[in-house]
Amino acid sequence: MSNFEALLQAAHEGGDYKPVVNAIPYAQLIGIDFERFGNDVILKLPDNPSNIGNPILPAVHGGVVGGFMEMSAALHLLMMLDTPAMPKIVDFSLDYLRAVRGGRDTFAECQVIRQGSRVANVIINAWQTKREEAVATARAHFLLAP
Amino acid sequence: MSESNPYLGRAQRFVGLLKHCQVLGMQVKEASQDSLTIELPYNEQHVGNPSTGVIHGGVLTTLMDTACGTMVINALPEFELCPTLDLRVDYVRAAEPKKSIFAFAEAYRVSRHVVFTRCTVHQGDVNEPVANCVGTFMRIGSHLSPPDFKNAVLGDDAATGAGE
Repeated sequence: MSNFEALLQAAHEGGDYKPVVNAIPYAQLIGIDFERFGNDVILKLPDNPSNIGNPILPAVHGGVVGGFMEMSAALHLLMMLDTPAMPKIVDFSLDYLRAVRGGRDTFAECQVIRQGSRVANVIINAWQTKREEAVATARAHFLLAP
Repeated sequence: MSESNPYLGRAQRFVGLLKHCQVLGMQVKEASQDSLTIELPYNEQHVGNPSTGVIHGGVLTTLMDTACGTMVINALPEFELCPTLDLRVDYVRAAEPKKSIFAFAEAYRVSRHVVFTRCTVHQGDVNEPVANCVGTFMRIGSHLSPPDFKNAVLGDDAATGAGE
């Protein structure tokens, strides 16, 4: 078992996933945080000048929005399904609905639409000021078993 | 002075203006009116799975979104800043750690309102892809594209009118 899998195991047992997120370099690079509300979890991408793409608006780089949503789905699966390893993404379809503005935090929540023994289908919604006004929506498949 | 390859200069200046692309370390290697290649060297900060050292899908998504978006700039007759409508990505194999990844992008259809692009990410052999993606971009018209940004991307081309 690697150090990361040991961290994951400890998180599944104790319920504290912050050390897991802190151990993922890409989550630290873009700055992912989360808050759990009972069985719900809301992921957060705090405003971060190094995530900007278009400097004129300014807007968060569309790829960072995608990366945040992919990471959100993987973390959601980790927390909800107690997977022994990081779920592997198979495919990802992302629709950009509104400009994701710099200077604001971005949030995401996920829903597992279907979970089989090997693969899970997850939808992800992201917003900034109002949950009803999504900035992007996505769907992904993940392999659960290593 | 007009550059020998205006497409490469334009692509490099465009990617150079996108802060997060600089944070990741993207370098435009080749560009023409039909295709371009961006290289992203391996960096421990890009890792998504600490057990394997494999870079996160989000890094690939950002690389592909950038490659497709930059391709749009070079595929259009006049400078237009086109927002991404959607990206659809297949992750076909894990990227090998410690090696650069390359994004090869093409714009395969430019219509009046939409530009259709595709992109393959590989690690040296385009026939052994790490990821494949198609992305669509909305044309908002060159008159709505910010002039400062346009001039910064076009560089000397803006003054000489080359590439119009």
